[in-house]
Amino acid sequence: MDLKEKLVSSFMAFEEQIDVHSTLHDTRTAAIKNFENKGFPTKKEEAWKYTSLNSILKNDYSVFPKNENSIEFADVKKYFLHEIDTYKVIFVDGKFSSFLSSTTHDGLDVCLMSSALTKPKYKMVIDEYFNNIANKEESLTSLNTAFANEGAYVHIPKSKVVEKPIEIIYFSTGVEAALMLQPRNLVVVGENAHVQIIERHQSLNENPVLTNSVTEIFAQKRAIVDYYKIQNDMQSANLVDNTYISQKQESRVSVHTFSFGGNITRNNLNFYHFGERIDSTLKGITILGDKQHVDHFTLVNHATPNCESHQNYKTILADSSTGVFNGKIFVEKEAQKTDAFQQNNNILIGDKGTINAKPQLEIFADDVKCSHGCTIGQLDESAMFYMQQRGIPKKEAKALLMYAFSNEVIESIKIPELKQRITKIIATKLGVNLGFDL
Amino acid sequence: MLSIKNLHASVEDKEILKGINLQINAGEVHAIMGPNGSGKSTLSSIIAGNENYEVSEGTLLFDGEDISELAPEERAHKGVFLSFQYPVEIPGVSVTNFIKTAINEKRKANGQEEMPANEMLKMIREKSELLEMDRKFLSRSLNEGFSGGEKKRNEIFQMAMLEPKIAILDETDSGLDIDALRIVANGVNKLKNENNAVLVITHYQRLLDYIIPDFVHVLMDGKIVKSGGKELAYELEEKGYDWIKNELV
Repeated sequence: MDLKEKLVSSFMAFEEQIDVHSTLHDTRTAAIKNFENKGFPTKKEEAWKYTSLNSILKNDYSVFPKNENSIEFADVKKYFLHEIDTYKVIFVDGKFSSFLSSTTHDGLDVCLMSSALTKPKYKMVIDEYFNNIANKEESLTSLNTAFANEGAYVHIPKSKVVEKPIEIIYFSTGVEAALMLQPRNLVVVGENAHVQIIERHQSLNENPVLTNSVTEIFAQKRAIVDYYKIQNDMQSANLVDNTYISQKQESRVSVHTFSFGGNITRNNLNFYHFGERIDSTLKGITILGDKQHVDHFTLVNHATPNCESHQNYKTILADSSTGVFNGKIFVEKEAQKTDAFQQNNNILIGDKGTINAKPQLEIFADDVKCSHGCTIGQLDESAMFYMQQRGIPKKEAKALLMYAFSNEVIESIKIPELKQRITKIIATKLGVNLGFDL
Repeated sequence: MLSIKNLHASVEDKEILKGINLQINAGEVHAIMGPNGSGKSTLSSIIAGNENYEVSEGTLLFDGEDISELAPEERAHKGVFLSFQYPVEIPGVSVTNFIKTAINEKRKANGQEEMPANEMLKMIREKSELLEMDRKFLSRSLNEGFSGGEKKRNEIFQMAMLEPKIAILDETDSGLDIDALRIVANGVNKLKNENNAVLVITHYQRLLDYIIPDFVHVLMDGKIVKSGGKELAYELEEKGYDWIKNELV
């Protein structure tokens, strides 16, 4: 039985196992039907032209999380932003770990999707937002919706400025020979509220993992959301991240995606505008080696006037790694005075890496400012010579240059400890110790 | 200290240096002057080890050792310094962190411990004062958004920190106003002693009013065609390069 059949035939058993209110039953049923019709995406589809899931669909994944497997905090401490106090919503093999988590209902809700889906007091929020902005036609999103049961639920009320960042981490322990996870996150940020969230998926051993994650983020008027995704997983881990963002007027949402590891990673990042003077920021640093593959597939849908979007993706590819950047900007007829900017810079180290870069601008309004730039290059030799002349060996000089190349994106990280952490990961990734924190 | 004999070099099969002979001893200041395209910058790049140039003939000895096969960083560790005409910008790496890395790499290569932090800070303070550099300047990203003058001053600051045996100043005067020129030259003069040497590469005589050379060489079409004392620089300033061309004919 292939994975698709296995998932479809497991659906009824899954629904019986969980206790959900009836409105979701219809949503799930429609979703599994859509997945059943469409199946896993293949390279024949334009949107998946450069990414094939074939090699990872062959594993015999366990599709339901069973028991909570415990892990010691000391063993996973390094994956947390432990230097500062944070809210934590932590999952181990798909099950909530109360031991590792630090949730709250005090003035805001940082808790579990499974409670939110079942407890009456969350019903209004779930009815209004759950599966509201997620694409109901997209096959993998539908698959996630059908099985959506666990994940992080974050609800920030009006005017609340959340002092501590929220960490959402999905660990997999490798107890299962192969594990498929379908986390579902919902983030609702009220008017004038402000929140910072860090999301991470992390395998702790080399058994294959396939994560098909969906996150819906709703930013109300003037809300500020800073979302950071850290992807530095094992070579056996695969991730399809589907993130949907709905923005109301004058809200500001930024998503930073740091892709440093994993086997196949696909980031579907979608921004939708519902109001004027919205600001959307999409930034990414991708540093890959071996045969790693990362595909950034972004969409910014400008539907309303006077909004801005800023995209800046930096990619460094070594060995036989491959990178994809497909950035779509859609400017609807009504979206006059749109200011949309997209930049994608790529560096290939060595001669075996591949980058596929595809900016896609579809503009139906006549008074807009849209620009995009895409570069593919190698490390600047004159800069290498300059640093070597100062006594800095080739390897370190390369590392400094790559750091400098990604610096624009690093500089926009608003949590200092996270900025430090990312630079440390980059230094490790580049295999250097420069004697100072970059 | 630096001994160049019959040096021929080419880039992409085009011969640029056609037999250079140059002997620089400790304690000396040499100047190489010449029109555009004569090979001045090629010579400095080759001494520093730029791999884009191919040495086809001749020898390049530094303290008696053949350095022609050494990587640029290995030459730097032995005491070769090149002040660049166009210093490179490195966003996100501060002037201080860059020079710390450079110094400690040099020490590591020479079997020394890393420089203690307080010693480093003291040295940075002294040398930055020598070049009249603002403290704020040191925490800025290396060369990013620096004016032409700031870039050159920063080059000489790095030279002061690294204490090379031979410093090659490639068109250090270009893009400098008179005040910056004075500061830069003053820095070089203060660092100058009987154990090190300076090679000034320039198009104009202007810088040589401040850094007085012991020897002046004229480079034309890949060869040193005339050598003399500091008065040669004035003669060139007055009569231009055509005068030498005519003399050669």
